[in-house]
Amino acid sequence: MSVSKRRVRAIFRKELREYRHNGNIIVAMIIFPLIFLIQPLLTVLTEAASASSGLAHEHVLLYMLAIPALVPAALASYSVVGERQQGTLEPVLATPIRREEFLLGKALAAFVPSLTISYAVLAFFLACVELFAHSGIASALLRGPDLLAQLLFTPLLAAWSIWVGIAISARSSDVRVAGQLSLLASLPSVAVTTLLALNVIQPTLGLALGGAAVLLVLDGLGWRITSVAFDRERLITGTR
Amino acid sequence: MYYLIRWVIRKLRRRTTPAAGTPVAVPGQDEPAVRTRGERFVTSERVAAPDATRRPPALSVHNLGKRFGDRVAFEGVSFEIGYGEVFGFLGPNGAGKTTTVRTLGTLIAPTSGSATIAGIALAPENGVEIRRRISIMPESPGLYLRLSVAENLACFADLYEVPDPAGRIDRALRAVSLADRAHDACGTLSKGLRQRVALARALLSDPQVLFLDEPTSGLDPVAARDVHGLIDELRQHGVTIFLTTHRLEEAERLCDRVAILNTTLRTIGRPGELRDRLFAKTIAVQTVVPLPDPASVFTGLPAVNGWHTDAPASYVLAVSDPAAAAPAATRALVTAGADVLSISESRHSLEDVYLELVNQGQEASRR
Repeated sequence: MSVSKRRVRAIFRKELREYRHNGNIIVAMIIFPLIFLIQPLLTVLTEAASASSGLAHEHVLLYMLAIPALVPAALASYSVVGERQQGTLEPVLATPIRREEFLLGKALAAFVPSLTISYAVLAFFLACVELFAHSGIASALLRGPDLLAQLLFTPLLAAWSIWVGIAISARSSDVRVAGQLSLLASLPSVAVTTLLALNVIQPTLGLALGGAAVLLVLDGLGWRITSVAFDRERLITGTR
Repeated sequence: MYYLIRWVIRKLRRRTTPAAGTPVAVPGQDEPAVRTRGERFVTSERVAAPDATRRPPALSVHNLGKRFGDRVAFEGVSFEIGYGEVFGFLGPNGAGKTTTVRTLGTLIAPTSGSATIAGIALAPENGVEIRRRISIMPESPGLYLRLSVAENLACFADLYEVPDPAGRIDRALRAVSLADRAHDACGTLSKGLRQRVALARALLSDPQVLFLDEPTSGLDPVAARDVHGLIDELRQHGVTIFLTTHRLEEAERLCDRVAILNTTLRTIGRPGELRDRLFAKTIAVQTVVPLPDPASVFTGLPAVNGWHTDAPASYVLAVSDPAAAAPAATRALVTAGADVLSISESRHSLEDVYLELVNQGQEASRR
């Protein structure tokens, strides 16, 4: 099967244009990063220098991995059911687009902004810590392995959330239900990253590599499985 | 894990593959001699109406049917449409018109029968190729209301991978007289204008077959007239149009042939043929005062098969040939000294044909 880049790009561009004009999507893109930025930022900035030894046993940066788990879920959950609800799905599916191309365009349109937001929030957090936190706190927080994990897991988690969100969106008939289910489906990822951040689960190199490998496989399969689950006929007629 | 996921994928694939009896490729169907890209509607050149007799049909449908579980959407539908023909598909609500369009547009899979669309067999593996050659304008325009008209069309130009998208969009917008609204958000347009944008979108790819599903549904008479004008223009440019509609006067005005569907195909033919097939030809005669002996006037006239009184001084003549019967009846009336008010051929509208067939169907189903 060949994938037409032009058709994928058409969906991608159209989605970005729609996001720009959709207040609900913009709020969803802003609210989760704010929640997961403000709380750790306040904690870190109000900590005394003596607290650095305590922070050295935690991985506060990993707490922010919740952003790439939640933001794309909110975007992806709207992707198919939103089109269906506004009556635009039928004209799109009546074009020569393949379902794999349609889903890839949708996924990329959720992936790119989510990645941009996640890395921007991380950069902002790091800059604030570097500039305003006590030097001991800053050096306890900014550790190479944590940063590397953050950079590596952000796209992997985002892609996983997107495929789960799109799969839910393709099987739902209501935008709100799809949104709630997608967020619910992202909670295990958020729970794991929080437990890692709090050192309840000991982050090790082996665990990181294993986790990354599993996510990589799931992301690759996510596209295929979501494509198979995408039932053109059911989506158009509402039957089956 | 890998084997488990592979098993799940296979199961899902099996579910999405149509069951036995689904579209069968028709072998030996050659690609029709279609016009080249540069000759179509959204280009500036005008093309001659195609000669349908020398080409394979644009649409050929054999015993097509679709069921949703136990419910039959439509079944046993067969017809052929030539290139450049405007074909009307009529029927009451729930008759299966939209489902037929969706089936022919490869959006849903048939459960029985076969079809070729623009020379390609209707089969799951041919979906992309068929959709490249056709356009569907659904009943609801389905526009991205937050995007501008041009942005909507740009998206679809890319989905159809048309060359020179900017030029195509410009020509499609000019064709529907919307060039000056290109940068307006679709959400700000009236229903009629949205319908025009949807029509421009359908024209972008220069389709060989254009499916219009209730294109004037919900439009006011002026907007509907505009859409009729566009369809007329498309016909003059040789575009094959499959038009589903509730508006019988619309079908009568625009369509070369019509089919009436009510789950099964009730009839198919030119509107005039259908009238002749269903209704006897009649001539209505009105006189100022009732004739003293109408039998002596009307009996034995050439081409008159019988007569009856409709109302006082009003007579209906069953005729085989109105052109022969009308002058003969006029002469007979004048000879009898009658004061004639009017003599006219009674014309049955397509609406009469439609109602007659739909009522027949309803009575049959009640029995």
